Amino acid sequence: MALPKISPPSLGLALTPNIWDAVALVLVIGAMVLIVYGGEQTVLPLSALEVAPVSLDPSNLPLYALRTTLRMLLAIVCSIVFTFIYATLAAKSRRAEMVLIPLLDILQSVPILGFLTFTVVFFMNLFPGRVLGAELACVFAIFTSQAWNMTFSLYQSIRNVPKDLEEATQSFRLSGWQRFWRLDVPFAMPGLIWNTMMSMSGGWFFVVASEAITVGNTTVTLPGIGSYVALGIQKQNLPAIGYAILTMLLVIIAYDQLLFRPVVAWADKFKFEQTASASAPTSWVLDLFRRTRALRALSRPFAALSKAISNLHIALPGSFNAVSRRSGEPSRIVDAGWLVVVAASTGYAGWRAYEYLSKTLSPSDIVSAAGYGFMTLARVIVLITLATLIWVPIGVWIGLRPKLAERIQPLAQFLAAFPANLAFPVFVVVIVRYGLDANIWLSPLMILGTQWYILFNVIAGASAFPNDLREVAGSFHLGGWRWWIKVILPGIFPYYITGAITASGGSWNASIVAEVASWGDTHLTASGLGAYIATATEAGDFPRVILGIAVMCILVTVFNRLLWRPLYAFGERRLRLG
Amino acid sequence: MLDQPNQTSLLEIHGVCRSFPKGSGEDLLVLEKVDLTIRAGEIVGLLGRSGSGKSTLLRIIAGLIAPSSGDAKCRGETIVGPPNGVAMVFQSFALFPWLTVLQNVELGLEALGVDSAERRTRALSAIDLIGLDGFESAYPKELSGGMRQRVGFARALVVHPDLLLMDEPFSALDVLTAETLRTDLIDLWIEGRLPIQSVLMVTHNIEEAVLMCDRILVFSSNPGRVAAEIKVDLPHPRNRLDPTFRQLVDSIYARMTQRAEARTPTIEGIHGTGVGMFLNHVSSNVLSGLIETLAGPPYNGHADLPVLASHLQMEADEIFHLGESLQLLRFAQLSEGDLMLTEAGKRFAHLDTDARKKLFAEHLINYVPVLGLIRRVLDERPSHIAPAARFRNELEDYMSEESADETLRTVVSWARYAELFAYDEQSELFSLENPH
Repeated sequence: MALPKISPPSLGLALTPNIWDAVALVLVIGAMVLIVYGGEQTVLPLSALEVAPVSLDPSNLPLYALRTTLRMLLAIVCSIVFTFIYATLAAKSRRAEMVLIPLLDILQSVPILGFLTFTVVFFMNLFPGRVLGAELACVFAIFTSQAWNMTFSLYQSIRNVPKDLEEATQSFRLSGWQRFWRLDVPFAMPGLIWNTMMSMSGGWFFVVASEAITVGNTTVTLPGIGSYVALGIQKQNLPAIGYAILTMLLVIIAYDQLLFRPVVAWADKFKFEQTASASAPTSWVLDLFRRTRALRALSRPFAALSKAISNLHIALPGSFNAVSRRSGEPSRIVDAGWLVVVAASTGYAGWRAYEYLSKTLSPSDIVSAAGYGFMTLARVIVLITLATLIWVPIGVWIGLRPKLAERIQPLAQFLAAFPANLAFPVFVVVIVRYGLDANIWLSPLMILGTQWYILFNVIAGASAFPNDLREVAGSFHLGGWRWWIKVILPGIFPYYITGAITASGGSWNASIVAEVASWGDTHLTASGLGAYIATATEAGDFPRVILGIAVMCILVTVFNRLLWRPLYAFGERRLRLG
Repeated sequence: MLDQPNQTSLLEIHGVCRSFPKGSGEDLLVLEKVDLTIRAGEIVGLLGRSGSGKSTLLRIIAGLIAPSSGDAKCRGETIVGPPNGVAMVFQSFALFPWLTVLQNVELGLEALGVDSAERRTRALSAIDLIGLDGFESAYPKELSGGMRQRVGFARALVVHPDLLLMDEPFSALDVLTAETLRTDLIDLWIEGRLPIQSVLMVTHNIEEAVLMCDRILVFSSNPGRVAAEIKVDLPHPRNRLDPTFRQLVDSIYARMTQRAEARTPTIEGIHGTGVGMFLNHVSSNVLSGLIETLAGPPYNGHADLPVLASHLQMEADEIFHLGESLQLLRFAQLSEGDLMLTEAGKRFAHLDTDARKKLFAEHLINYVPVLGLIRRVLDERPSHIAPAARFRNELEDYMSEESADETLRTVVSWARYAELFAYDEQSELFSLENPH
């Protein structure tokens, strides 16, 4: 049950914002502008698709669930491929690293549903009038929710490969390719798998959100659980929502049991530890494979193939080889040239973004977007505080009772994976029926799905709290608030921070779907940046979508740098036990 | 094996220097003009204090780092990258935790492109040779330290290297395990069953070097160079209690303390002395304990280093660190392999805690320039606060970043004990305020 000691990648590396963050931000915004610009030039009437209409008949649900799951699988494969290429490039090339890492930092603070706005337009133009475009846009949205933290994890692992093993691979003259598969990848495996699992958990939310989306006059409805729920909302059919929730529960359980548990149990051997740990993760599926001769035989060709591939003698360029380190000082001229290229692209992207946005937007738009941004910021802060006040005591209470923790922990992880947006209609119905203020009562939806990260991280922290320290506290009769302040809160602090960072990041993302809600013809809106982006998206107002996203990016990044990173660094330095 | 007619040299090192970039400006020279030749059939030891550059030399030979200048040739070819026919055993074992014993051993052969059948045969025979039978499918984390290092040996031997490099291979093991592994290895060597021609080992353990090597190169520190070459003609298996063995160990101790005397900081401003003096991190508790031990019977203020080392179960390197720290503080004097308490040292042994702290503080201010400097700066500033970075920068003019860090850590812990000044780890500030 112990969580691997892996830093939340959303923290990145540097503590203080620097020029590279600004460069990355401009590049990201510029790329969005270019996509929209290209899309508008082709001026295609994006008429409604010829898609088999979704029906609310529950017997269709298994098929819808399958399609939703396939989208997830496709996205995770894309994410893994992307991770291997991007992270390796960033870790092995100093020049690539200068740009790629800040870029990644900004990319992961871009709201995922913001991406969706652009990619829908982009992919629909690529495949006009065909379902393929919409499918790709959906897969791409899930991909953007999964790839960044996986990439960060792999990058950090490759950068932190133990020195002695590195020397051993060199001394035994493994080729760059062999080294990559024999050392870098296995070493990165536990972190990568953990982050992949986290990504999958987050991904369900976005697959549901992106199956039914309207961008201007383009309405995309892909058969799946998400569009089923969207139709249910339109038709005000509460039982249908219930069926969808039930189906999702089953899908996530199956995913966990059939895919992730076996992978985690298998990957246990990659854990970098010199002594065997007390409890290793288990999986009945993996046991089945290991103990059944037929199944084992089935896996053998794959093992042989992967071994053959990893043993290919492929020379890899750059710092893959020890010898290249001899060349001494990196060339200053090439460095200067590279800087010029980066500066030029940034300048061009910035100029295009300015030109495009200044046509339709005035300074007052920026002010209003920033104002909405602060409203959402206030919501995030209040919600995280509330969730902390509720879940930290409960998490500690559970975590200190090992038997209970063992049972609750999977449940909390499961709740974190469950796409909370499926449950939104249930809340909206209540708000509509009792005429509650949307500005206040829509807010909890933002944290509905992400509060569980706080809970299960706190449970993990309290479970890992050393017994001798508890005994000391007991023998000195430390009780009441003193026990909380001096003993347990510092003990779980690093874990809590990890959970809170994930929860706050998730809440920002969720604001885009949580601040606007509807039930049949009733539309509820809470004023905030999420609603701003959602409304602009629906209206096809791209300049305002870009503006909203830019404001959110900046707020999230600044929030991370000024609050979470210092807290995380403090926790790691002072309060990490053992 | 020494009487073999084959005298071709496996390895030739001429005038090799190596420097590393320092925290500030100039490079730090760690190896200066080293010459070394290794012929077939000998075990050569590189013996020296930590920081004498012996590990750096080993890594140059292994092709892991390049020399800054000079000539390194393996079998007549200049070393560029890990050379053919050289394999290495690591201090930390450097086993891949996700590979089984067998897979770890096969690794080097895979890199050579040996086909899988031959790979298996050779790996199994290496495992057999080194006494790992039955552990083929175990993962390293299931093995004890000694068994893990056996895997390290098997992995190196399986590629049949001409030259086996060993980087302090026994220093991470407990005393008994290390001794078993040493004797097993020497037995295999004298029986001629090891598929290698020569061994080059790095060690800071004097007895280990005398026990195993045919030739010992003693390194001096700052910068590292070969201070002496000692031939060991004793036949294997060697007996540690043999008077000739003891005499050899004693003479090497004496030789190494001679240089420790030369390192005594007496002249202000010279490299490695004054403010820029490197301070080994030695706890004040250990120093007090050592003074008490020296003052009491049977030593009564005067101890023979090898005797003291074995009494305290310490490596030569550790006892040197302690001796030098005491010498620096003028509590003891090192000479000819002996450690003697000074008058101040004898007085220290009989004081109570508070008086000890006072005496310690006095000696720190007088004899450790950097502590004196920090105290002066703190006294002069109206705020009585100074950032650690200021002193770290100054130290980095003389030494690497790591050494500067260790020196600062030593400064902090000694100053805390002596209640000279306080240090806040969070803000990295020195100050005169002591919490009361």
